[in-house]
Amino acid sequence: MLKEYSILIGGKAGDGIRQTGDNIGDLLNELGYYIFVYKDYPSVIRGGHNFSIIRGAFEKILAHEDEIDILVALDQNTVTQHKKRLKKDALIIFDSNTVKAEGIGFDLTEMAKKLNLPPIARNMGIFGILSAVIGVDFSLVEKIIRNSLHKKTEENISIAREAYELAKVYEKKYEIPRSNNLPKQLMTGNEALALGAVKGGLEMYVAYPMTPTTTILNYLAKNHKKFNLQVIHAENEIGVIGIAEGAAYAGKRAMVGTSGGGFALMVEHLSLAGQAEIPIVIILGQRPGPATGLPTYTGQSELLFALYAGHGEFPRILVAPGDTEEAIELTRDAQNLAWQFQIPVIILADKHLCENTFSTEPDKILIDIKEAKLWNKEGDYKRYLLTDDGISPLAFPGQPDAVVKLNSYEHEENGITTELAELTIKNVEKRMKKASAIETELKKHLTVKVYGNPDSEIVLLTWGSTKGSVVEVAARLDCRVVQLLYLNPLPVWELLEKFKGAKKIISIECNATGQLCSLIAAAGFKIDAKVLKYDGRPFTVKELEDKIKKLL
Amino acid sequence: MEVVKNKLMATDLNTTCPNTWCPGCGNFGIEIAVKKAFSELINEEKVKKENLVVVADIGCHGKIADYLNVNSFYSLHGRSVAPATGIKLARPELSVIVMAGDGGAYGEGIEHLIFAAKRNINITVIIHDNRVYGLTAGQVSPTSPQNFKGNSTPDGSLDQPINPLELMLISGATFIARAFSGDAESLRETIKKAIMHKGFSFVEVLQPCFTFFNTYDYYRKNIYSLENNFDLTDKLIAQKKIQEWDYSDTTVSKIPLGIFYQTERPTFDELSQV
Repeated sequence: MLKEYSILIGGKAGDGIRQTGDNIGDLLNELGYYIFVYKDYPSVIRGGHNFSIIRGAFEKILAHEDEIDILVALDQNTVTQHKKRLKKDALIIFDSNTVKAEGIGFDLTEMAKKLNLPPIARNMGIFGILSAVIGVDFSLVEKIIRNSLHKKTEENISIAREAYELAKVYEKKYEIPRSNNLPKQLMTGNEALALGAVKGGLEMYVAYPMTPTTTILNYLAKNHKKFNLQVIHAENEIGVIGIAEGAAYAGKRAMVGTSGGGFALMVEHLSLAGQAEIPIVIILGQRPGPATGLPTYTGQSELLFALYAGHGEFPRILVAPGDTEEAIELTRDAQNLAWQFQIPVIILADKHLCENTFSTEPDKILIDIKEAKLWNKEGDYKRYLLTDDGISPLAFPGQPDAVVKLNSYEHEENGITTELAELTIKNVEKRMKKASAIETELKKHLTVKVYGNPDSEIVLLTWGSTKGSVVEVAARLDCRVVQLLYLNPLPVWELLEKFKGAKKIISIECNATGQLCSLIAAAGFKIDAKVLKYDGRPFTVKELEDKIKKLL
Repeated sequence: MEVVKNKLMATDLNTTCPNTWCPGCGNFGIEIAVKKAFSELINEEKVKKENLVVVADIGCHGKIADYLNVNSFYSLHGRSVAPATGIKLARPELSVIVMAGDGGAYGEGIEHLIFAAKRNINITVIIHDNRVYGLTAGQVSPTSPQNFKGNSTPDGSLDQPINPLELMLISGATFIARAFSGDAESLRETIKKAIMHKGFSFVEVLQPCFTFFNTYDYYRKNIYSLENNFDLTDKLIAQKKIQEWDYSDTTVSKIPLGIFYQTERPTFDELSQV
C-alpha cells in the first residue's frame, strides 16, 4: 500500500486557495514527497467554493483520492462540503472566526486585521499553522513564501510566522515522515505543454484566453524574452489560427492553444492547413461541453471532434499526453512532426492535465529541433511538387528565385488554382500518401505505453490524464494498462502487440459515449466493458478501483 | 558607357494562368495598376520582388493571386487579413499586400480588418469593392446601397451600406485612400504610396462589376480628385471628406478620390519584435 497523505484546503474564490494549495505542495515536495495537486473551482472570481487536494507520496502519483488526512478550512462551507472525506483520525485546521469545528483553530481574521493585512492574508496564516502541526521548521515556510510570493512578501511571512508560533503548541500533533527523495520541479500541465513546444523550436504562440489553456498564453507571454518567441493574444480564435498559419507560411514555427469552443471556430482554418499543407500545432485543452458547458471542469469528449473536424479529407496527427513529462515530450515532437509532414498536429489535453500540479523532471527531455524538407534551389520552385512520399520541399517568401504560392483552392504544382479532374486526383492521392509516410515515421516513436503487469489478462485501456488513476488501480489490482499516446494515426501495429493475451479489455475515459472505445472497436478490436465518467470530475483512485473490481 | 540594369516590366509579373474575369470587369484595371506599381517599386529599389507577398481573399478579385507571379497566400473567404498579420509578424522585412473584396473584408472577416487597423500593423490592404457578391452571382454586399435588388434580396435590401473609410478611420488606420479601377494612373500612384507608407494602409478601390452591378456611369459622373490642400494628419477633416459620400446611389453627392488621411504611429510589428 502506498504511504501517502492528502491535505484539502478550501474557501471562497478570492481567499487565495490556489496559492496556498501550491505552497502546501511545495512544502511536501521539500520533505521528499512526489506531489499531485487537484484544483477544483467554479467559474467565478469571488465567492463560491474553491478547494485543492494536495496528495503526497514517496512514489510518483498522477491522481488524487477521495479521502483526506487533513482538512484546512477558511470558511464553514469547506467543512460542510468535505467532512465526509475525513479519514478516521483526520485533523481539521481552521480559522476559528469563520468556522466552527473540532480540531486546531485560531482566529486568523483578527490576526490579519491586527497586522493590517487584507482578509486574503488568512491563507498564509493557515499555511503557518499547518506547517507547525506537521512538524516543519519555520525556515522552510519562509523559503517557500519568498520563492512564490513576490508582492507583500514580508507581510505574508509575518502572518505565517505569527500563526506558526501560536500553533507550535500543537507541534508534531500530526507529524508526517520525510524521505531522502530530492525535491522535484512542480509544474502544471500547461507549463509542461509550453516548455515542450519551446524544446521543439516554437517561434510564435498565438491564442485567445479560454479555460483551461489560458495559462499557456500567460506563461509564454511572461517568458517570451527568455524563450525568444513572439506571443500574440489575437482578436478571436479565427484570428489566432489565421495569424499562426501566416507565420508558418513565412517559415516560422507557430502553435495555438484553445478549448473545444475555440477549436470549433478554428475548424475552417484546420481544413485550410489540410489543403494548403500548412504546418501547425493546435493544443485542444478539453473541458465538458457542449457549448459553454462546465468551463472550469474536466472531460475527454472532443476526441472524435478533433479526429474528424475540418471539411474535406486530409491527414492529421492526434496526440494525447497523460502527464507533464509526456506533455513536454509530445509537444516537442509535435512541432517536428507538423513541419516534417506539413500537416496539423492536434494535442488533446484537458483541464485535469492543464491546471493540476505534478512533480516533474523536465530536464530529462532534451531540446530537439529537426529541420524540415527544404528546397534544393534547382529549377523553378513549385510549392506543391508531386513527390514519392507526398511531401513537397519547402521554400519561404523572401528567398530569391522562389515564388511561393500557397493556395486554399485545389491547385497545380506551382500553386496556381486548378479545377481539372486529373490534377484533383493527383492532389487527393498526394494527401493520402502523406498519411502512409506519417505511419512509417510513427513506428519509430513510442505511441502506446504499457504499465502494471504486462502479462495480466485484464487490460485497462485509457488515454490522456485519466491514465493517472488507471495506473494506480492497475498496481493495486495487478492488471495491465494500455495507454494510447497517439490517437491518429491509430497505432494498430502496437495494439496488436500490447493486447496479446488479453481476455478482458476495459476502456476507461471521461466522456459519455466511449469515444476511444469506438475508435478502437472500429479498428477491429473487441472491447469488453466501458467505465465512463462525465460529471466534470476526474476518477479518483479509490472510485475507479471500486468500479473495476465489480467488472473482474 | 552607362550600365543599365535590367528593368522589370509589368508583364514580367504575368503568370501562365488564363484570365477568367468578365470582359469589362473592373478587376482588369486593378491588375494593370498593381503590376505597374510592383514593377516600378522593384525598379526603384524600394521593394525586392522576392519580398512581395500578396494575400488574397475569395471572390472574383481573388483570382489576381493566380495572375501575379509573386509570392501569394490565397486564403479562405474573409480570412486574408489575419494570415497577412502573421506573415508580417514572422518576417517584418516582407512587403505584405492584402487583396480582398467587400464581401470578405466588410462581411465575413470584418473583425480582422478592424484589428489590423487598431494594431497599425505595417501591411497594405487593397479592397476590390464592387459592392456586390460577384462570384456567387449577384447578392447584396455590406457596401451595396439600401434597396439593392439581388438574388438574396429580390424585394430590395433593408439595411444601409457601411462606410468602410469611416470604419477604418475610427479603428486606427494610418493611411486611408479611395481610388477607382477605371483610373489606372492614379490608382497605381495610390497603391505605391500605400505600400511605401509605414503603418496600416487601406485603399478602397471602387471597382464596377460589369455583370451584376454596373456603376461605371454613376462613378464617372460623380468622382472627383481630392486636392493637395489640407492637413492629412487631421482626423476631423478626414472624417468630413469621408462622409461626403454615403455609398448610396440615390443621393446626389460627389465621390472624393485620393488620400484622406495619413499619419504615423508605432506599428504593431515593430513594437512586438522580441
